Amino acid sequence: MSLPILEIDALSLALPTGSDRPFAIESLSLHIGAGETLCVVGESGSGKSLTALATIGLLPKAVRPAGGTIRLAGRDLLGLSERAMRDVRGREIGTIFQEPMTSLNPVMRVRDQIAEAFQAHRVLDAKRRIARTLELIAEVGLPDPAAIAGAYPHELSGGQRQRVMIAMALALEPKLIIADEPTTALDVTTQAQILKLLDALRKKHDTAVLFITHDFGVVSEIADRVAVLQHGILVEQGSAEQVLHHPQDAYTKRLLAAVPSLVPPAPKDLGEAPAAFRVDDLSKTYPGRGFLRRRAVKAADGVSFVIRRGETLGLVGESGSGKSTVGRCVMRLIEPDAGAILIGDASIRELTQRQFQPLRRRVQMVFQDPFASLNPRRRVGHIIAEGPIAQGVPRRKALADARTMLGLVGLQPTVAERYPHEFSGGQRQRIGIARALALQPEVLVADEPVSALDVSVQAQILALLQDLQKRLGLAILFVTHDLRVAAQMCDRIAVMQKGRIVELQPTADLFRAPQHAYTRALLDAVPGRFLRPDFDTCFAAAE
Amino acid sequence: MSAVGLIQRLAPGVRWARRLAQIAFIVIGIATVNFFLLHLAPGDAAEVMAGEAGAATPEFMAALREQFGLDQPLYIQFGKYLGNVLTLNLGYSFRQGLPVSRLILDRLPATALLMAASITFALVAGAALGFLAARRAGHLTDTIISVIALLFYATPVFWIGVVLIVIFSVWLDWLPVGGMATIEAGYQGTAYALDVGRHLVLPAVTLGLFHLAIYTRLTRASMLQIYGQDFVRTAVAKGVAPGRIAVRHVLRNALLPIVTMLGMQLGSILGGAILVETVFSWPGLGRLAFEALFQRDLNLLLGILLASSILVVVVNIAVDLAYGFLDPRVEIS
Repeated sequence: MSLPILEIDALSLALPTGSDRPFAIESLSLHIGAGETLCVVGESGSGKSLTALATIGLLPKAVRPAGGTIRLAGRDLLGLSERAMRDVRGREIGTIFQEPMTSLNPVMRVRDQIAEAFQAHRVLDAKRRIARTLELIAEVGLPDPAAIAGAYPHELSGGQRQRVMIAMALALEPKLIIADEPTTALDVTTQAQILKLLDALRKKHDTAVLFITHDFGVVSEIADRVAVLQHGILVEQGSAEQVLHHPQDAYTKRLLAAVPSLVPPAPKDLGEAPAAFRVDDLSKTYPGRGFLRRRAVKAADGVSFVIRRGETLGLVGESGSGKSTVGRCVMRLIEPDAGAILIGDASIRELTQRQFQPLRRRVQMVFQDPFASLNPRRRVGHIIAEGPIAQGVPRRKALADARTMLGLVGLQPTVAERYPHEFSGGQRQRIGIARALALQPEVLVADEPVSALDVSVQAQILALLQDLQKRLGLAILFVTHDLRVAAQMCDRIAVMQKGRIVELQPTADLFRAPQHAYTRALLDAVPGRFLRPDFDTCFAAAE
Repeated sequence: MSAVGLIQRLAPGVRWARRLAQIAFIVIGIATVNFFLLHLAPGDAAEVMAGEAGAATPEFMAALREQFGLDQPLYIQFGKYLGNVLTLNLGYSFRQGLPVSRLILDRLPATALLMAASITFALVAGAALGFLAARRAGHLTDTIISVIALLFYATPVFWIGVVLIVIFSVWLDWLPVGGMATIEAGYQGTAYALDVGRHLVLPAVTLGLFHLAIYTRLTRASMLQIYGQDFVRTAVAKGVAPGRIAVRHVLRNALLPIVTMLGMQLGSILGGAILVETVFSWPGLGRLAFEALFQRDLNLLLGILLASSILVVVVNIAVDLAYGFLDPRVEIS
């Protein structure tokens, strides 16, 4: 093998005193050769992002290197002055960050932001910079480079912005590209395109790629080699084939096992369960922005479905498909324009909010972001008891019941006295579920309830929801963008595109024989072909 | 041409028509509030005139009131006033013996000059100080700037004015004590402009210092907030130099809240002008309003209030337009 481009040797990063552990990274050794993609995988807090930041010298002030070296083409980066490091950034290391929405300056044209890379390193003259910028925009597969160049970031979609980020990272043909979760914020079909683009550019320019991700599906798509981090320690490193199919370390095995399979479990028998929730011809149109030239957006267009007691209906689709709007409309958090909504026999669509208020307890919601959806200044017990108290349950009894609810979702009843910030993401989502269930609803609307969680925690929350459903006979409307999660969680799945349900089938049928072209495109885009063989064989066996 | 195309072509005109209608509505609203507010105060022009003369017979007072139209019921006075406002007739100041519009137009340029100078000073110096403080956050420079800003923020405007006069006019004798121009010198052209400029320095600085403190703190805070944003990290990762990041990426985005603040403060700057004009005998609207208030010259006072509110509304529209220019995400409608 040729000399590695990036060589990290026995690197340790010290955390400030008082942290939960002394080192963010402990004697980490990695290397990446030219034209090679190394995926660094780990859950939140594993130190994978700090590895990337250390390499480009952008560590937070509190974290400092405490031994080891980072060598780029033989040169030690940790010993460089800030000025020398600035010359390395952009010129020798290109970086792509996670959030395409916020990683571009909102008040600068795309052209100027890409050209700034040349300007910063005094490469080319002004005219050639613009010409090269247009070439780059074309190279990352954006249509009409001249128009894109003159656009502001908010005029582009997430995928387009990420392409602009890639163009920026590539501008000076760096030896190494660092990609920190570059596709996490994107839709699956966009993600597949961006991964393909990155891979093609890597081959073309023979660039080394340090790819940070938490998603084993993405790893299997793009990695030549994989390094697995747990709590700042490298637990396993090897070729993609080796780590994904013959993992040695127990933690790697656990992570891989927690990735939801695309093969749905055997369908459960609902027997003669009655319909608990019925939505008929639901529509919601958002008026467009701008005076006199508004373009209306149909976020929900004639959406109909029925959920039986104990059944989970998945609502899947990409961002902008209207799935969240439907989730909110059926709870009347957003007022639908037309349609009928029935909980059991009660029609709730035409009630005033005041009339609906006593019925609200029958349909409850679990939100996506466990960090933002709990009031940080209230104790957990009060958060859970608030709903029942509003519905007329005596305060003392509601608070006592809150403790029971905490037990039900697998937390200690005594934590009722604590505040939300004292809990981890998974624990907060349990609290969110307890809050929803405290009202003893018949219908639960879960809007991306596990999207913000690590994969191992995700599996626990899904198991909890399934267990509670069995015990309480809940009808669940499960909104998600993740087809893997949907495969494991849902009895039937409705696929949404542009406000319409384009396909609604039992989960197994949908995965085996998708009818609509859009469903097929979604399924094809799910990263992780390594799970496909068992996917196909399983269905082959079934047929 | 299609109907949609036609509508789109007319859209800017329609937008401006809507905006003008809004302005008219706001101005009439302000005029109404002003009118009733001033009539809540006890006393009228006739009483003050009588008081100044030492004594007056009830007959004379009644005659004065009849002449000024003060004997009529309030609603008729209001109806007349509103009609006058709509026809842009601001009435006649019986105390000054001149039409109100003439008086206001005479004084308006001086106040506009004072406001423009002090806003520019506050904005430029405040943003510069805030920029420095944010670049050196946590260092000595930052601490010194913050202390100075706090000092200006906490000190009353008139007191600063008096102290500046004592230091720069009385002790150092660099700048004139008050007024707007050296009348006896009879300057022309450039010399006159320079002379007015010299007179302008102290009042503009006095009026601006308080707002300078606000802009300093706001610039510092919003720059520090923007330093934490993802796109700044992107710029650093490109290898862009810190100075350029501070100007092109951070300050450029930090200007947005500052412009918002500017729009909100215009009213208070105009209010502050009254005090400063009094301290520096600056012949502007503020002093005219002050005199009108004490002489119960309601016509004049109402006219000044109306003119000031139109000024504030117009400048606010300018700020809105500037916002659309500074932030491409904002659509002006």
